[in-house]
Amino acid sequence: MSEEIMDYAEAMASFDPVLGLEVHVELNTATKMFCGCVNQFGSAPNSNTCPVCLGLPGALPAVNAKAIESAIRIGLALNCEISGWCRFARKNYFYPDMTKNFQTSQYDEPIAFDGYVELEVEGEPFRIPIERAHMEEDAGKLVHVGGATGRIQGADYSLVDYNRAGTPLIEIVTKPVYGTGAKAPQVAKAYVAFLRDMLRDLGVSDVRMEQGSLRCDANVSLMPKGASELGIRSETKNVNSLRSIEQALNYEIRRQAAILASGGKVKQETRHWHEEGYTSPGRSKETAEDYRYFPEPDLVPIAPSREWVDELRATIPSPPDVRRQELQARWGFSELELRDAVNAGALGVIEATVAQGCPPQAARKWWLTELARRANEAHLELDELPITPAQVAELQQLVQAGTINDTIARKVIDAVLAGEGDPAQLVETRQLATVSDDDALSDAVERAIAQNADAAQKIRDGKVQAVGALIGAVMRESKGKADAAKVRELIMARLG
Amino acid sequence: MALSITEVARLGALARISLTDAELEHLAPQLDLILEAVAEVAKVADPDIPPTSHALPLVNVFREDEVRPSLTNAQVLSAAPAVEDERFRVPRILGEEE
Ligand SMILES: [Zn+2]
Repeated sequence: MSEEIMDYAEAMASFDPVLGLEVHVELNTATKMFCGCVNQFGSAPNSNTCPVCLGLPGALPAVNAKAIESAIRIGLALNCEISGWCRFARKNYFYPDMTKNFQTSQYDEPIAFDGYVELEVEGEPFRIPIERAHMEEDAGKLVHVGGATGRIQGADYSLVDYNRAGTPLIEIVTKPVYGTGAKAPQVAKAYVAFLRDMLRDLGVSDVRMEQGSLRCDANVSLMPKGASELGIRSETKNVNSLRSIEQALNYEIRRQAAILASGGKVKQETRHWHEEGYTSPGRSKETAEDYRYFPEPDLVPIAPSREWVDELRATIPSPPDVRRQELQARWGFSELELRDAVNAGALGVIEATVAQGCPPQAARKWWLTELARRANEAHLELDELPITPAQVAELQQLVQAGTINDTIARKVIDAVLAGEGDPAQLVETRQLATVSDDDALSDAVERAIAQNADAAQKIRDGKVQAVGALIGAVMRESKGKADAAKVRELIMARLG
Repeated sequence: MALSITEVARLGALARISLTDAELEHLAPQLDLILEAVAEVAKVADPDIPPTSHALPLVNVFREDEVRPSLTNAQVLSAAPAVEDERFRVPRILGEEE
């Protein structure tokens, strides 16, 4: 299946990789780009469609103002110029995922152009030049039936769902990225991670790679060391996780190096990434002329005023790394704590929980331990868990006030996740509050001492660590509701 | 203006229309005539007159981001030649490798 590849270090000794990255982002607007159909993932097939997004004759598109606003904000966050006047165009092609036989897209007049992104990989700074960010619409979704594996070849027929057709998309295209050297695959991954965080901070997209709301096409070509002419590139399509971006580029670099080193020529083509760790050739690239672009006659030009752009500029959050540093300082997290929170995608939920009055360290603890474990088990992102930052803050308040201990808190989390109510109300109705009443606890302590005479004797002899057995007994008897610190105090007062 | 047979064949292929050599011979000059007629416009074009893509001098015609009802699934699929699993069923897609 896979082709010959060269050792990575060996490839790097002879060649310099040049990257080009195209990222498609689905906007999270309430409606589609050109019609009022709801913009939603996971609905019943063809239930979010209308004459416009089905391309029925005579239907006329109407531009979603919010999508334009999001496009401009994305452009600004990418340090781009915002066009003073631009149009949509028709990109003509015939394929069943597009009913109109053209995609409404921007062509030579993108809404945003000439920007850059700055990022760091292992302490080394890189600047990624941005060519453009333009608006377009997504296509429908095909399912291939028959054949071996639901793939198009060998299929007997295909089924089309147009719910996704007309979803607002922004395509962000880099200029050729030089000078990344052996770090090219890591830089590409860091760039897409940067975009993901930035778009999430802007609040313009769900940026879920696994659901396709953030998709990356990764181009790479190789230049012999010391050369200045670009090599022929391959384009690996829809590499849909950060890890795959790094792996696919690593593979493509090694594959191209093997071809070039043996005197061959790299073919300009689209390739597909397979999670087993290799790419395979797809269709050879249609040239731009084949799409016969022309200005969309059904939509008038877009001319954002300077005032509007300035207004939107004021809504752009700091770049993710700057924001992280601010949060780290404000929350007093260590480098490691911050990195863990970033990797878990927990910054947003921690911030929201802190905003509800929860101490930052406690918010971090809940989201990165108990809740992260449950999210993992359920294959959900933290912010998809059916518990709100406000509920987490409420839970922490109960713990801090000594009303419940950590064991009970975990039970409360389970109940909240099961949709059974809010923490305070659950503690109240289920009588989960910690028993710290001296009389009740003293009785339990007496019983524990009587039933664990050995442990009790050890404590009397000064072997204080034996206290654990007694505390355990009391906790068991109270079904976890006893205040452990209080129990310890009582035992030590009695035996110590 | 001369539209070549090769160009017409290429356009036919892009439009997924298969044309015989005889049809190409027949259609190319006709298309050429149509283009020539449209090209008349170029005669009145002046460097002072900017090309336009729209009849009305409007910009920024936007719609608020408010959900409107979609069609029902039954309405959507009512005109489809074939339906399966609430989806449009289309013939095998040829000429594309994955
Ligand atoms: Zn629609």
